[in-house]
Amino acid sequence: MLHAAFLRSNVAHARIRSIDAAAARAHPGVVAVFTAADLGSQWAPGPLLVPPPPIAGAVFNQHTQVPLAKDKVRYVGEPIAVVLAHSRYIAEDALADIAFEYDPLPAVVDLESAIEDASARVHDEVRGNIAAHVRQSRGNYTAARGRAAHVIARRFLYDHGASSPIETRGMVAHWDARANHLTMWDTTQAPVFLRNGLAAMLGLSERQVRVIAPFVGGGFGPKIMLFYPEEVVVPWAAMKLGRPVKWIEDRLEHFFATTHERGQIHDAEMALSPDGKILGIKDVFLHDTGAYNPYGLTVPINSQCTLLGPYVVPNYDSTFTAVFTNKPIVTPYRGAGRQHGVFVIERLLDVAARGLNVDRAEIRRRNFIPADAFPYNNEIIYQDFTALTYDSGNYEPILDKALTMIGYREFLDKEQPRLRARGRHVGIGVACYVEGTGIGPYEGAKVQVQANGKVSVATGIGTQGQGHFTSFAQIAADQLGVEVSNVDVVTGDTDQFYWGAGTFASRGAVVTGNAVNEAAKVVRRKILKLAAEHFECAEDDLEIGAGAVSVLGVPGKAVTLGELALKANPMRGAVRPGTEPGLESTQYFGPPSGATAAGVHAMIVEVDPQTFTLEVLKYVVVHDCGTVINPLILSGQIHGGVAQGIGNAFYEQLVFDDEGQLLNASLADYLLPSALEVPRMEIAHTVTVSPLNPLGIKGAGEAGAIPVGPLFAQALEDALGLAEQKVELNEIPLSPNRLFALTTKPR
Amino acid sequence: MSTDSHDVAVTVNGTLYRRSVESRVLLSDFLRHDLLLAGTHVGCEHGVCGACTVVFDGVAVRSCLMFAAQADGHAITTVEGLAPDPDHLHPLQEAMRDCHGLQCGYCTPGVLMTMKTFLDETPAPDEGQIREALSGNLCRCTGYQNIVDAVMLAAERLRGRSP
Repeated sequence: MLHAAFLRSNVAHARIRSIDAAAARAHPGVVAVFTAADLGSQWAPGPLLVPPPPIAGAVFNQHTQVPLAKDKVRYVGEPIAVVLAHSRYIAEDALADIAFEYDPLPAVVDLESAIEDASARVHDEVRGNIAAHVRQSRGNYTAARGRAAHVIARRFLYDHGASSPIETRGMVAHWDARANHLTMWDTTQAPVFLRNGLAAMLGLSERQVRVIAPFVGGGFGPKIMLFYPEEVVVPWAAMKLGRPVKWIEDRLEHFFATTHERGQIHDAEMALSPDGKILGIKDVFLHDTGAYNPYGLTVPINSQCTLLGPYVVPNYDSTFTAVFTNKPIVTPYRGAGRQHGVFVIERLLDVAARGLNVDRAEIRRRNFIPADAFPYNNEIIYQDFTALTYDSGNYEPILDKALTMIGYREFLDKEQPRLRARGRHVGIGVACYVEGTGIGPYEGAKVQVQANGKVSVATGIGTQGQGHFTSFAQIAADQLGVEVSNVDVVTGDTDQFYWGAGTFASRGAVVTGNAVNEAAKVVRRKILKLAAEHFECAEDDLEIGAGAVSVLGVPGKAVTLGELALKANPMRGAVRPGTEPGLESTQYFGPPSGATAAGVHAMIVEVDPQTFTLEVLKYVVVHDCGTVINPLILSGQIHGGVAQGIGNAFYEQLVFDDEGQLLNASLADYLLPSALEVPRMEIAHTVTVSPLNPLGIKGAGEAGAIPVGPLFAQALEDALGLAEQKVELNEIPLSPNRLFALTTKPR
Repeated sequence: MSTDSHDVAVTVNGTLYRRSVESRVLLSDFLRHDLLLAGTHVGCEHGVCGACTVVFDGVAVRSCLMFAAQADGHAITTVEGLAPDPDHLHPLQEAMRDCHGLQCGYCTPGVLMTMKTFLDETPAPDEGQIREALSGNLCRCTGYQNIVDAVMLAAERLRGRSP
């Protein structure tokens, strides 16, 4: 096996003058060095993964990433050349032997100056670095503003960071020349798309490519991105050299080579009635899309749509400009832009509540979409290309439960005054959100009873720790009357299941879960039909359970599922027309649109006013994701989401200088929360089933991470008494340093 | 082979291995690539994430911060050596399963090895002590809560077994 190491650009923006790899090629132990020129006709920009939704007037300038940089480099870390050697150690040694000469160009870093005509251009033909420009509106904001009793306007900065799974990306490609077959083990969240795309790029048929995404060590979004340069170069090199090739991303590379989320600047205003009802919102924002935009508009569309939250916003006017910068590529990371929007509306409501002297929880309650208003159409287009319609919801009980659990009134009326009298800086926060989950297009599942009585379930999605093996087994077990431990689930192997989209957008349980349910239902019918023939009785006289079918009321008269599976595939006799062999079914499920989950987070925090370090004293999550398949797995998803939300709110920030250099590309400097920063959480659920799928499920994967930023801002303002100082926390991430700067700035 | 090589004799999970290694080879790479003990995971290679933690002469250490040559003459336990036999898990592993203390599982070997030595020294820990001891192992999936619960459960079960 050969090991790959990539030479990456050390400058954010430059024209490539020359790449001389002769010395590297001569390095002992090096087998080959390739640059863009070696890729020949295989060199091509990657596909546009998600085209822009059909929004009238939308501008979209497509520039997708390239496998190896050719004329220009556009971000620090962009791959320029690959070394293939007998060990990774040698491959990395040889990187130093490659002479990369370039003419530096001004780096496009700051969003507001990037859109000026005079700015340097990330892509030469794109004036003002406009990757996209989209306006969506509902009602008439200007008219609403005209009759408003109060209008508040603020600027908000929201920066999201790096998903930082503990396992970085990695892959092994093996070309079997005798079989004309490529096998690729890859840490991808979307194995089927990867197979199809690789086949197209490498001139193979899809049948000649097998992608296996084994137990992937975390993903959180960025492992969806297709095609990372390495995902093209590594299999290409394996075919070219006739040797297996392995590449494992190291942590330093991960900070550049794996996609980020990152920043938006919002200028937002809210018009309100005298009693604090939202009449309308206008928002204009800039979105940093990095050097390329393979994921289309997904992240800023999510921001635009999710800003509306669980509230009635009769008039909405939202415009965003996505901006190319000389920074790593931005694609969805857990929340996928929803955080940014939720921060804006939650902060606006906090400002409004203060101005109107209304309680923070009360102003939210007054604006909730009423329980009888569902399905509720927000009249703008969502990331799944359908109208943003909330399928179902009931928000007041979520808020009530959260307020009770956190002890909201008790804290504000008694506890906080008591602690403040002792000089302690304690504050409370409450934040609401909705999350569009479970989008299409579809997923499928093959459910099969094996001759040993076990049930096999195969799906096309990938798994990065979401508990798919357990959840899908439960669904199949419920239908087929077997123990969960007797269901084997396979995910992420394109030879086991051919079709599918992938694990993203909080959709695995919703879309694949329902596909498993549908396939298991068909298998159940086949089992009962065959058993009825076997016993020469009516299906209604049969009972399925404990791995067998038995005749009701006749003790001992039973046949196991394994025996039936054997009967369904006989050695002799004829299979009647219209029947299929085996106890097997493959079914697909595609929801018409996404299911809308919702939740409320509440927190009590204490801040040290000298050091601005904080301690979360209590953290409560109340969440409604419809039918719960497995409470333990669901809690785990929420815990992990909140932990990432806390990192985003107070610890993690990708710091770039004005040359586009990332200054804190190590886990010593980019601070992932540890067990000391993440508090114990109390979690409760309400259940409003989704009408969009038979199991009534809504997604839950991203929910924990979404409202934590505004929750921190609100609770910290409260704890530090910032309203009295006329200081607002209108940016995320915060940090001790940032709190110090904001509270001591000259006024 | 280059002249820059060292003969090492290292006991891993009770088995003595003799190998010749380059001086720059990390202990983590040696365990994974030379001894094919891939249970030890590598998350950052700069000693922060803790995924590569092994027990070295009874002490939890980060194998990415040591060279294989430094292990000469020492005894190491990796996650492969934690369970008493192929049919049984260590109480920590059982408790992690019972409490859903892992999701993707990538940080888990390091967590287990760190917590193994922690519980050896602190058989009756409170939550604060567990969180402190766990704070050098980064987990991106679980938010730590179920890991903390698993360690408390394992401690309880281990105490129940002691005479």
